[in-house]
Amino acid sequence: MKNFKKRRTMLYIPGNNPAMIQQGGIYGADSVLLDLEDSVALNQKDSARILVRNMIKAIDFYDTEVCVRINHLSTPFGMADLKEIVPLQPSAIRYPKTESAEDIVKLLQIIETIEDQHGLPHNQMTIHAMIETAMGVQNVFEIASKFQRIDAITVGGQDLTSDMNIIYTPDGAGIDFARKRIVMAAKASHIDILDTIFPDVNDEEGLRKETEYAKKIGFTGKAVINPRQIDIIHEVFAPTEEEIRKAYRIVKEFRTNTAAGIGVFAIDGKMIDAPVVHRAEYILKLANIEIPASDSLPDY
Amino acid sequence: MRPKTTSQAGTFESSDVIFLIEPLPQDSGRKIELFSTVLHQYGESFNKIVVEMLDQYEITDIHLIARDKGALEPTIKARLETALRRSLVMEEGILV
Repeated sequence: MKNFKKRRTMLYIPGNNPAMIQQGGIYGADSVLLDLEDSVALNQKDSARILVRNMIKAIDFYDTEVCVRINHLSTPFGMADLKEIVPLQPSAIRYPKTESAEDIVKLLQIIETIEDQHGLPHNQMTIHAMIETAMGVQNVFEIASKFQRIDAITVGGQDLTSDMNIIYTPDGAGIDFARKRIVMAAKASHIDILDTIFPDVNDEEGLRKETEYAKKIGFTGKAVINPRQIDIIHEVFAPTEEEIRKAYRIVKEFRTNTAAGIGVFAIDGKMIDAPVVHRAEYILKLANIEIPASDSLPDY
Repeated sequence: MRPKTTSQAGTFESSDVIFLIEPLPQDSGRKIELFSTVLHQYGESFNKIVVEMLDQYEITDIHLIARDKGALEPTIKARLETALRRSLVMEEGILV
């Protein structure tokens, strides 16, 4: 990971809804996404943009990461969104319907021009590219790998099924190839990858199953449309006690062996090498466990 | 500055406020009407926010009606700014 951030859940909040925005930090999601795009009526784009700007300035979102989804630059709204939002430097800007590296080049040129006008650095706010067209899926590795500022990509399942002229089914069959291709591009680029929303907020079992599948194939988190979905997703992505104990043991043994000049070793008869240690460290980060830099770690 | 057109911004939802603006004839001054579910607790601070923003935009000759459902200060400011920009035809990034 470029910079480790927990992004198990990213809660969509309509950008023109002050009641939801002002409570954004208390729902418990790892990130909130203040949305200026699809959840805002076309004749309220100016209103949402001004509201989001004022809210970001005034509201405490506590530890929750704040991202803003802008409108695409091909619309009459995208440029005005950037002018309002970039000076605020939220944690990230999400760019919808990213289809090529050229889209990101154009976006970054505008962002960096605005940052220069405000004396802001170019390395603070990151970009999340949203892949939601067949063309975006085809070009996803280039999009994910080429830019230092992209630290996550996301799948937009609803738009993707629409672009593919297929119907979204609960088994996700139609977008399964896209999901796996996008995951692989993110993994190869060492960035986060967030799964699409689960649209039925009343189907908790369906949400759990889909999240378990997303975790299994490599997603680091999932977008959320209702606060009720947050706990279920966090439960799925949380490492089990057994996983945490094992990860701790691996990291501890790794340090001991590294200090003794041993590169590869075994625990319970299974070989432990760098990739296994990397995975163990990731599990400990997910569990909020920091291992002190000490040679004598206690046993657990 | 005088509003060029009637405008509105905001909603009747909880935690929101809706502003309605109409231009008045020249030298009419400001006519402000506030209706709020929390008028007794926050009416004074609400009025202060409105007057400060009208001063900032140097607005005169305005009839402004606010219907508040407990909006926080950033929401009040955002909705009023939107209504003012619409009434002054200063909006950016909108459908034309």
